Amino acid sequence: MVRLYAVVAAGGFRRYATYRIETAAGVFTNTVFGFILAYTYAALWDERPQLGGYDMSQALTYVWLGQALLMTCVMMGGGFEDELIERIRTGDIAVDLYRPVDLQLWWLAGDLGRAAFHLLGRGIVPMIFGSLAFDLAMPGSPGIWVAFLVAVGLGVVVSFAIRYLVALSAFWLLDGAGAAQMSFLAGMFFSGMLLPLNVFPGVLGEVARALPWSALLQVPADVFLGKHTGWGLVRVYAFQASWALVLLLAGRLLQSVATRRVVVQGG
Amino acid sequence: MAESVESVDVAVREEPGAVFVPRSRVVEGVRAYGLIVAMWLRSTMAYRTSFVLTTFGNFAATAFDFVAILLMFSHVDVLGGYTLPEIALLYGSAGTAFGLADLLMGSMDRLGRRVRDGTLDTLLVRPVPVLAQVAADRFALRRLGRVSQGALVLGYALVTLDIDWTVAKVLMVPLMLLSGAAIFAAVFVAGAAFQFVAQDASQVQNSFTYGGATLLQYPPTVFATDLVRGVTFVIPLAFVNWLPALYVLGRDYPLGLPDWVAFLPPLVAGACWAVAGLAWRAGLRAYRSTGS
Repeated sequence: MVRLYAVVAAGGFRRYATYRIETAAGVFTNTVFGFILAYTYAALWDERPQLGGYDMSQALTYVWLGQALLMTCVMMGGGFEDELIERIRTGDIAVDLYRPVDLQLWWLAGDLGRAAFHLLGRGIVPMIFGSLAFDLAMPGSPGIWVAFLVAVGLGVVVSFAIRYLVALSAFWLLDGAGAAQMSFLAGMFFSGMLLPLNVFPGVLGEVARALPWSALLQVPADVFLGKHTGWGLVRVYAFQASWALVLLLAGRLLQSVATRRVVVQGG
Repeated sequence: MAESVESVDVAVREEPGAVFVPRSRVVEGVRAYGLIVAMWLRSTMAYRTSFVLTTFGNFAATAFDFVAILLMFSHVDVLGGYTLPEIALLYGSAGTAFGLADLLMGSMDRLGRRVRDGTLDTLLVRPVPVLAQVAADRFALRRLGRVSQGALVLGYALVTLDIDWTVAKVLMVPLMLLSGAAIFAAVFVAGAAFQFVAQDASQVQNSFTYGGATLLQYPPTVFATDLVRGVTFVIPLAFVNWLPALYVLGRDYPLGLPDWVAFLPPLVAGACWAVAGLAWRAGLRAYRSTGS
């Protein structure tokens, strides 16, 4: 069974790896946005050094991490859920439910494979461009790199779990566009893609840091910047893992309700 | 209506086999664009709730950009030497100009997909300029959300700012929005032309459209001089709002250009259209269908 999901994951990786020009174009776009944002952050941290507990080079590193993880953690939404929504809308989902595999794990495996490709294909090159142009705070020890990769992995699972819920809403709404758009808005704002969440003031900041979207960028970035070590690291992992678990379980629950009432369209 | 029927008759009589009135390509293109847009509008209005929700989403998506700027200003009083109302003027003008271009020409970035799946061929056999068809394809009125969000911020800026208004400055505001929209529209066309060559690279276009709009929301003093030079002399996005808005604000442009440069946006827009038009023709001529 594990072998099967490994094959699905490898398929997810290969599927995205096929489009090389698209990957190059994406890297270009990430790099351009990285430059634009880096200059605006530099202006902000120039006025207020140490804002949000970051110094200038940490703030700039945050920008480039955001660009590197944008696709990996799918902060803007889009990806497998569009496909799943389409399958629910057309009724193809009936075929999926008939297969001797678990629906949620099947899509999760595929999405993990995709994320692995996006981390390599869309993450590394913009980061290199960023570190060539700006003075970035790269981790000194290999331990932090490993800790960062684990945090990214958990972030991908949380991201998947959110998007799976979005996709399942199509069982009731049929057109998933509205739910997908809400998820896009929340993801963009609460992941910290526009501005680090520890710069958000007061209650808004506290709420934003407690929401699942903070597991996508804010937590991995803080791990990368060495803000969480020892027990602190365990605590943020637990934070990510609990959101992953809660959201995945919610997905299973919704799935069982949905499949019980599914009426396949077509004929 | 009766008039056009009559002229069709004339055209047919004079030129056997010709179905259409020999109008100029531009008039014909604009007319076709209008007809296709009207069709999509009717189709959009069939799902009113969906239209209202997606327009709101479009509005909110860009509004979050401004919320991020507001959050920045909860920590600082100036950014790159500019106050919040001043940045709001830049943000609002960039947002409105880009929003207008996105509304009118935003569908151009679907061209790569059409080339890939072969549906572009359908457009080629219709007796209507391809540019008009691609630009009007799936016309999305919901993009008014972005325009209105930009216009609101622009309104806030104009009300709050203490500007020493002159006739030239008053005229500059609408001039800036119209030429800015035209410059962005040219970028959309040029980007689509590029997709004839590299269909999978449609994202590159986003760097100059969405990326450019983001860049112009902030004052030029924030960015490295080389970047400012690049968007002034190479891809002239600075003429969308930086130069005219800084003139309205009475601020100096970092590159030390003379004052009259602020009045060039209409000319720059014309030049951009000429270049984009040539690129479009070259792209369309180079297009080879997969034939499958």
